[in-house]
Amino acid sequence: MSALSLLPARRSVPGVFVALTLTLTIGWLVVLLDGGQLFNQSTTVSLLHVAAGLGLVAVGQTLVILGGSLDLSVAYVISLSTLVAAETMNGSDGAVLPAIGLVLVVSAGVGLLNGLLVTRFRVNAFIATLGVGLLLKGYLDNGYDGPAGTTAPSLVHALGYQRIGPLPVSFLLLIAVTAAAWFALSRTRFGHHLVAVGGDPEVARLSGVRNDRVLVTAHVLCSMCAGLAGIYLASRLGSGAPRVGTEGLYDLESIAAVVIGGTALAGGRGGVIGTVGGVLLLASIDAIFNQLEVDAFFKQVIRGVIIIAAVAVYARRAMRKAA
Amino acid sequence: MSDPPPTPLLTLRGIGKSFLGVRVLDGVDLDVAPGEVHAVVGENGAGKSTLMKIVSGGYAPDGGTVEFAGARRTFRGPRDAQRAGIGIIHQEFNLLPERTVAENVYLGHEPVRRGLVDRRGMLDRTTRLLASVGETTLPADARVGQLGVAQQQVVEIAKALALDARLLIMDEPTAALADHEVELLYGLVRRLQERGIGLLYVSHRLAEVFDLSGRITVLKDGRRVTTVDTADTTADELVRHMVGRELSSYYPDRAAPEDRGPVRLNLRDAGNRKLRDVNLQLRAGEVLGIGGLQGSGRSALARAIFGVSPFTTGDVTLDDRPVRLRSPRTAMRAGIAYVTEDRKGEGIVPRQSVLDNALLASRAVFAARSGRAARTTRVRELLAAVEIRGAGDDQEIRFLSGGNQQKVVLARWLALNPRILLFDEPTRGIDVGAKSAIHDLVRRLARDGAAVLMISSDLPELLGMSDRIVVMRDGHVAGELPAGATEEEVVALAVGTVREPAQ
Repeated sequence: MSALSLLPARRSVPGVFVALTLTLTIGWLVVLLDGGQLFNQSTTVSLLHVAAGLGLVAVGQTLVILGGSLDLSVAYVISLSTLVAAETMNGSDGAVLPAIGLVLVVSAGVGLLNGLLVTRFRVNAFIATLGVGLLLKGYLDNGYDGPAGTTAPSLVHALGYQRIGPLPVSFLLLIAVTAAAWFALSRTRFGHHLVAVGGDPEVARLSGVRNDRVLVTAHVLCSMCAGLAGIYLASRLGSGAPRVGTEGLYDLESIAAVVIGGTALAGGRGGVIGTVGGVLLLASIDAIFNQLEVDAFFKQVIRGVIIIAAVAVYARRAMRKAA
Repeated sequence: MSDPPPTPLLTLRGIGKSFLGVRVLDGVDLDVAPGEVHAVVGENGAGKSTLMKIVSGGYAPDGGTVEFAGARRTFRGPRDAQRAGIGIIHQEFNLLPERTVAENVYLGHEPVRRGLVDRRGMLDRTTRLLASVGETTLPADARVGQLGVAQQQVVEIAKALALDARLLIMDEPTAALADHEVELLYGLVRRLQERGIGLLYVSHRLAEVFDLSGRITVLKDGRRVTTVDTADTTADELVRHMVGRELSSYYPDRAAPEDRGPVRLNLRDAGNRKLRDVNLQLRAGEVLGIGGLQGSGRSALARAIFGVSPFTTGDVTLDDRPVRLRSPRTAMRAGIAYVTEDRKGEGIVPRQSVLDNALLASRAVFAARSGRAARTTRVRELLAAVEIRGAGDDQEIRFLSGGNQQKVVLARWLALNPRILLFDEPTRGIDVGAKSAIHDLVRRLARDGAAVLMISSDLPELLGMSDRIVVMRDGHVAGELPAGATEEEVVALAVGTVREPAQ
């Protein structure tokens, strides 16, 4: 059999980083012409902060989407997590670790529920996670009118505002979580099985993969990532915020970042590195528009266009590959 | 019947299987020795696939025993059979196109070192496995989606070998291969044989069966007809074993010569991805039967005429005018109707009413100005004419029997007054009573001047209904037979044991 056109599997840079570089270059020029400076200390730091929050959620979202599922409950998990964290700490530095632990347990519980609904009860992921999200929304709307609890000052300092050079600690956390997720996907059986389940559940099943277990694990990890994002937001805001997740559109934005990052919405193809690229792209656009003081509505239009364009580009590529 | 070689790897005794009371397999015996290629042949529906699914754990047999490697086994599922050492290579590959060769080969049992997937080890072992079947140019880290069909097949085989398969089932392994790739598969099969792996080789193509196998088992109607040493038999003998049934049921009279009208549809060198150089004439007033094996291009022909996957080459004329049938819509407007083979998937909208289903095509293609009420009345009349029993027009169609559903589908097309009707397996899964009603209807349509093309795997039906029979093989016309042809003649053309008549 000929070795014709048999390149080793593509390990090239995802296209999203090309788009990111272009966006930053153009943005930098436009802002410069406008008389501003895109990359000064404060804008860069705030860009990375935005990226850290969205990034933590999106990395988790990548896992479930790779497995062919989806999580629409993340926004509510974030809100809930900020409250759990802030109320458990109640301003005391001694309670930081138990609070973080509790948040992770609670979010893992939500993930477990999502996962079981999707696998055991065969509820469509869209509906199952939306339902669980609304459940949480009910709890939050009923119990809270506004901010509650106080985040421990040490955590606010460390995770919310401290930097190493230009890099906020929270962004380093994102890098660490991304690295862990990348490692899990490429070097553990769980990762290999997850991609297989997303690629073709039947093939995975016939190859001896326990599909349900893999997918439940992915949902638990996804929710825990949202929990981490909640802890970060609590440290940023200094208290628990019952609507921060939904107001930040973390559910849809995280899915958008995953898709822009080149992960197939149907599962089975993609990875977390691309997702971080997608997150940075969305955050950069935010930063550029903030600098230019663009109208908020127009900003949304541009974001919409970018998301559609990204998906269209990937669809075209997939078509060419198939041909 | 020859003596089985000593110490068989697989022994089947008295295997039986029924689906919904229909006996699909009955008392089948079969054995495979290590290093033997045992071919299984038979017509469509002879029970080959069911038998293979039983061996590979997909179905549990109702009766009989499966002995593998000296022990009686009851497989709980495909995975169970795999672990025991039985691999199956389906026509449709079970591979992930987005993953590498190594990742596919070791999916589900990735080698692990210190809790992590040993990627290097996985690549090395895959390379060795591939080399062991003579494949040295295929990189273990290539993405499977980039590979050709033949190479994907090698990956499938490597995947089975990675699980230490000692028996491999190959289901129509050459169906997807180009001619030059078939040679490579032959080499591969020989190497597997040398390793002492037993092979069950299912194929329609007798040439391959003779090239590769040591013994051949013929199945017919779920029973084993015979098992012969390949060296002691001939293709003609095999074909005789595969067919041979009395033409018992009643079929309506064929068209008299004077009933045959002018040529309605004429295909000249027509082809597309699945068809090549098809030359065919369909006359008004006749029923043209299309025979051939599954995947020979029968349905592809009907779908091309109906514009589902249109012809890309050649000429099509309709009543002597050249036409391009680009979509079902254009075909319908040209007066062509298509009763699909997949009634549940493509024929009916299960949750809509009988009336809505019958009105589907007329509503979709013709403007409402012709009068909604008149149209509905006409369709109601048609529904009455096709004699749907036990159902009101407002009932959801999914509650009807298969035969009645098919009559509704027919009424839908009759409402368009089609001049050409394409039937794809019109009586599959339909009870005997409804069957002959549909046969009568088909014949009546032809008598009223329609040109009918009917695809059927049911040989008695094909022979009983058709005024002429065109047999397809590998996407082209293998030959044409007049009314009164025998089953042997059809099968011989379909499997390619006789030289094709010059076109």
